[in-house]
Amino acid sequence: MWRVGTVVALRDETATARTITFEVQDWPGHLAGQHVDVRLTSPDGYSAVRSYSIAAAPNAERRVEITVERLPDGEVSPYLTQQVAVGDRLELRGPLGGWFVWRPEQTEPIQLVAGGSGIVPLMAMIRSHRSTDGAGALRLLYSVREPGAVYYRAELEAPAGEVSAPKVTYAFTRAAPKGWPGRIGRIDAALVASTTWPSKLVPTCYVCGPTSFVESAAGLLVAAGNSPGRIRTERFGPTGERQ
Amino acid sequence: MSEDHSLDGNAAAGPLSMIFAVDVTAAECQCARCGAISHFARARLYMLGPGVVARCAGCEHVLLRLVRAGQRLLLEARGLAYLSLDTSQLQESGS
Repeated sequence: MWRVGTVVALRDETATARTITFEVQDWPGHLAGQHVDVRLTSPDGYSAVRSYSIAAAPNAERRVEITVERLPDGEVSPYLTQQVAVGDRLELRGPLGGWFVWRPEQTEPIQLVAGGSGIVPLMAMIRSHRSTDGAGALRLLYSVREPGAVYYRAELEAPAGEVSAPKVTYAFTRAAPKGWPGRIGRIDAALVASTTWPSKLVPTCYVCGPTSFVESAAGLLVAAGNSPGRIRTERFGPTGERQ
Repeated sequence: MSEDHSLDGNAAAGPLSMIFAVDVTAAECQCARCGAISHFARARLYMLGPGVVARCAGCEHVLLRLVRAGQRLLLEARGLAYLSLDTSQLQESGS
């Protein structure tokens, strides 16, 4: 069933990514990690559907936020990131997916691993954890091309001492900020060993990103001693324009 | 092997919500060929064609196909031995 979402706010996250906030009249509520399908229909009846992870924590205001990365050859993302205006009404289907989710009743340590725009559903988990005073502490390992491509930067740099703030480690794959003490490159075994929860604490791991990133990161988590059954993954495809 | 274009079963939640009242991507399922038991969300999913094809992550056997042809929606699932749902965690399937 398709619902109508009214755009109530727009916010640029980077030069190429925009967050769209919808208010959805009869939204039944969602869990952190779920996604929505967005359907655009042209006047001649042609329609295109894309999936986007929800970035917002569950809330009582029936608000659904997605962050869309503009793909140069995309069919849908240029429209969503450049044309959509406050007050526009779009068709949404969701909330979708009951497996790649974090629930407030989870008390174990949580390891989040994001590749690029794979941060979006993990941000919903961070926000949900914060708004519910989640018990298990969060760690985030965020692989991103360069500093300018980081989503939600100010929010991730939460004030030191905030109890529920996740411990964030960046892996810059092409360019790092000036004075960056670490190396530049992809997530590797050493980084996983030194920055993620020790496997003996039995964390639940959530890995989201492009397929090749997810395969590699999940493999490193298993090599570090985590059970495959504790690792939940979500992949983006080459056609999906999936966030 | 060429570049892997597969997604995972999570991405089938929207299309499957056209048929199922609850989310089945969170269900455990068994592959009818190799017997592997896994969450449907872990299946390999191909969405490049005219529909959705889910394959067992272990043996690549086709678990399920969902195709839309005009006004007709066709679900073929002979590769799935069963689906098992945790009723304490059921989610509406986006409906």
